[in-house]
Amino acid sequence: MSTATRVPGRAIGAPLDRIDGPQKVTGTAPYAYEHHVGYPLYLYPLQSDIVRGRVAQIDASAAEALPGVILVITHENAPRLADTSDKELAILQSDEVAFRGQYVGAVVAETFEIARHAAQIIKISYDEKAHDVALRADRDDLYTPDRVSGGFPTDTEEGDFDEAFSSAAVKLDETYATPMEHNNPMEPHTTVAVWEGGDLTLYESTQGPHRVKAKVAPIFGLDPSRVRVVAPYVGGGFGSKGLPHANTILAALAARKVEGRPVKFALTRQQMFSCVGYRTPTIQRIRLGADEDGRLTAISHEVVEQTAKIKEFAEQTAIATRMMYATGSRRTTHRLAALDVPVPSWMRAPGECPGMYALEAAMDEMAIKCNLDPVEFRIRNEPEIDALTGLPYSSRNLVACLREGARRFGWEDRDPIPCVWREGRWLVGTGVASATYPVGRQPGSRVRIRCEGDGRYAVEIGAADIGTGTWTALTQISADALDVGVEVIDLKIGDTNVPFASVAGNSSGITSWGSTIFEAARAFREQHGQDPSEGDEVEAGMPENPETDNYAMHAFGAYFVEARVDADTGEVRIPRMTGVFAVGNIINPKTARSQFIGGMTMGLGMALHEESLVDPRFGHVVNHDFAEYHIPTNADVGEMDIVWIEEEDPYVNPMGSKGIGEIGIVGSSAAIANAVYHASGIRVRDLPITPDKLVQ
Amino acid sequence: MKPYHYQRARDIPGAVAALAEQPNGKYLAGGTNLVDLMKLEIMTPDMLVDVRRLTSDRIEETEDGGVRIGAAVTNSDLAADRTIRSCYPVLSQALVSGASGQLRNLATTGGNLLQRTRCVYFYDTTTPCNKREPGSGCSAIDGHNKDHAILGASERCVATHPSDMAVAMTALEAFVNVHGPDGERRIPIEELHRPPGDEPERDTTLEHGELITAVDLPPLAFASNSKYRKVRERASYAFALVSVAAALDVEDGTVRDVRLALGGVAHKPWRATKAEEALRGEQANEANFRAAADIELEDAEPLRDNAFKVPLARNIITRALLELSEER
Ligand SMILES: Cc1cc2nc3c(=O)[nH]c(=O)nc-3n(C[C@H](O)[C@H](O)[C@H](O)COP(=O)(O)OP(=O)(O)OC[C@H]3O[C@@H](n4cnc5c(N)ncnc54)[C@H](O)[C@@H]3O)c2cc1C
Ligand code: SF4
Repeated sequence: MSTATRVPGRAIGAPLDRIDGPQKVTGTAPYAYEHHVGYPLYLYPLQSDIVRGRVAQIDASAAEALPGVILVITHENAPRLADTSDKELAILQSDEVAFRGQYVGAVVAETFEIARHAAQIIKISYDEKAHDVALRADRDDLYTPDRVSGGFPTDTEEGDFDEAFSSAAVKLDETYATPMEHNNPMEPHTTVAVWEGGDLTLYESTQGPHRVKAKVAPIFGLDPSRVRVVAPYVGGGFGSKGLPHANTILAALAARKVEGRPVKFALTRQQMFSCVGYRTPTIQRIRLGADEDGRLTAISHEVVEQTAKIKEFAEQTAIATRMMYATGSRRTTHRLAALDVPVPSWMRAPGECPGMYALEAAMDEMAIKCNLDPVEFRIRNEPEIDALTGLPYSSRNLVACLREGARRFGWEDRDPIPCVWREGRWLVGTGVASATYPVGRQPGSRVRIRCEGDGRYAVEIGAADIGTGTWTALTQISADALDVGVEVIDLKIGDTNVPFASVAGNSSGITSWGSTIFEAARAFREQHGQDPSEGDEVEAGMPENPETDNYAMHAFGAYFVEARVDADTGEVRIPRMTGVFAVGNIINPKTARSQFIGGMTMGLGMALHEESLVDPRFGHVVNHDFAEYHIPTNADVGEMDIVWIEEEDPYVNPMGSKGIGEIGIVGSSAAIANAVYHASGIRVRDLPITPDKLVQ
Repeated sequence: MKPYHYQRARDIPGAVAALAEQPNGKYLAGGTNLVDLMKLEIMTPDMLVDVRRLTSDRIEETEDGGVRIGAAVTNSDLAADRTIRSCYPVLSQALVSGASGQLRNLATTGGNLLQRTRCVYFYDTTTPCNKREPGSGCSAIDGHNKDHAILGASERCVATHPSDMAVAMTALEAFVNVHGPDGERRIPIEELHRPPGDEPERDTTLEHGELITAVDLPPLAFASNSKYRKVRERASYAFALVSVAAALDVEDGTVRDVRLALGGVAHKPWRATKAEEALRGEQANEANFRAAADIELEDAEPLRDNAFKVPLARNIITRALLELSEER
């Protein structure tokens, strides 16, 4: 069997309830902080309240005198790290401060409350230097990174854009901006660090236990075999737990100083806004040129965004523009401002999410300029092959999604003229946008399958379930791969004591881990047959998929949105959203649906609510709690009509699935922005669309 | 959080006496604001005197036909009360537009009145703030001030009062009953909160140790024709950008009487007396409502980020009055 041939299964596709549901609902599924470890201590961090400079003096005498305080750790007494090459993680190694909120120390105490109070009475003085945290497109120090995140080229050039644009019959030249946003999973980042005889165990809230292990071991000069990371349940990540951040190192460093006692460190909500990543703000200039028939002849997408001085992170914002539509010429660029800021990182669909907001908002504006319905305009510019690779698509059903969405939503009789549909004080409008996300694949995963007797099988892979339903989906895949029922599968994930798994990111989990499970099952049956004995075991690595050389692989989708804008106040309500997706086979319709709802809701938040406000004088996010950093409430989410079209893709992986964790946020904010324009006649090009931008 | 003493008094005079001895003590009611501020060490009382079970938690009709609300009545109970819903709908609506169900179950009438500003710089001990640390400066004047005041602010502080309930009570000309070291007094609600002036650290005119025991709503027949309109950045669970509490008495198309108060625009609930005056005796129509709103907002001094509050306040005053005149 070729790895790329789909196996018709029984469990795959079934709307199985989450197998960990009862545990979660009854509060018995242990999240990182809840692991029982003997006599733990609690850590509260010290964070710089200057942006840049040096720690001059630390007066911890009052704190150290408090009963219950065990340790105050700072750069003065912290153990030296073996590897300080990653400046985000090389904390407490010098007196230097590179961004506001950087860890400059920590208090470890018998209770969280004591640690927190002690931290609050420690006096730290600084030698402060001038700082710079303001992103603007007209900065003269923007630079060109070697590559952007994901290993993509920084700039691309296809045909002669300048010539094609200047001679285009219809032109658009607009700039769109997205703000800094902070991933805020329900479970804040948490580490419980335990040192025993030079071995380190981390109970960690992470999207990739093995990734944490690989990253942390050299920092502490340990052989990886001496580090164990445990993460059976994770309360969301959205990218911010894809890589270990400085909080993990801080907990491990402090625990080393109090060897013999575990140290627990859970961030407060406020602390989520400084050291665990965020989505860079972006400023995106889009130029589109088209002929009289509305066929694109020129696309340019020029991105300005920020990175930290201490470590480069270059969000791949324009990559979807490189393949989304057919055009005669195309240019994409990324420029960075290196600022005195925390290191930006992944946030659900890094790259595609902010980039497709800008492109899809521009496509809406361009459709109007071309006098075309925005659905028709997109269909007219549907490409035949993938422009980036020159390959055909393994399957590309954007047009089907647009057509099906238009039908379900009732798009047909739409009057394109904005601001004419009124219901009482509500201005009503509708909008559309496309979605795309690549079929992510990450190498290296391994799976061990063992017969446990009684017809039961242990399936082991160190993957993480970050709330998406991995426990359930991998159980279903294992059942089909072994051709048994789900009830005889004992899945083990979330621990580096089981074989390596790639990170839960890039919507690649099911493709990577599922393919490996299929491979291991095949090997198992080959070696041990249909009637194995207890103890029979096989371990297999992730197979290559030769079809990736022959096909470009992407998921697609389309959104249709109704927006209502209060004519008096500029308040926006979204009574209904339709999302139609072409994402191959769905492993589990229940958990899949929640991924789409979650992605689209997060897109709603991006469109209307989320914005981290940085005060350039102080260098920090001033609205750093949930009273002021708004995400949608239940009352903001209307009817969510979510469907997927039948799509047989024999090339992507043995499950025929494409990865669905991120696509729901890609483009959904644009569909809302486009609907708000249609309702109100006001084109807001900087997110979020808050009432102050609409009220007149 | 700084360690503190916790005390429960036997009766109201006992609580007042206990706090009088503690210059850095505070009353604790639902704790939904105070405890948050203590965790962040924005407020660091040495002593908490728990008054939650001390003051009345009942809503009673008074002899003059008004209503007395015990200070310990929860926001949920007050919002759900039949008399309040029928005679003072503006108050019920204001309450349910605030916070979340869980918070309202815990929050009390007294605590709600005395909740502190949501200015983001007040909420962060690392930034200068005259309200938190007198003399340190105001970070909001030249900073993020979308949520801040457009009326009655000072150079020292441009914060707004966050309570929705207090805005409705201001329109209803409520009285706040307090029991202090020097006995009892009854304060018109308009005199409870103060403009920031030179002392933004003082939110109210209460003296140390004064305990709110009840709020009185005087009888007001046309309060049954009242409403609260709150504009916020999401559909629920957010503080007001601007809100309006309005009650309207129209006869034969003429405004006989009107009450208007605004939230989210000033250091205190803002009674729109100029607009009220302009409307009495005038025709109840959109143009007059709008003109009256403009008169009230003439004095507005918007900051960098909040000029939008002027048209927003004008629009919702106009809309609220229009709806009240149509519903009659
Ligand atoms: C996330 C969040 C969102 C919110 N959103 C809103 C909103 O949209 N609208 C809104 O109006 N409110 C909102 N609130 C605020 C909420 O209404 C207040 O926290 C609550 O009303 C305070 O009441 P409490 O009883 O908990 O007061 P406490 O926190 O116990 O006390 C507050 C203050 O009042 C003093 N105090 C309490 N009782 C008395 C008394 N009887 N006499 C004298 N002093 C007293 C205390 O000493 C303290 O200084 C929100 C709060 C949170 C946390
Ligand atoms: S507006 Fe008032 S509360 Fe806000 S920073 Fe200025 S002084 Fe402090």
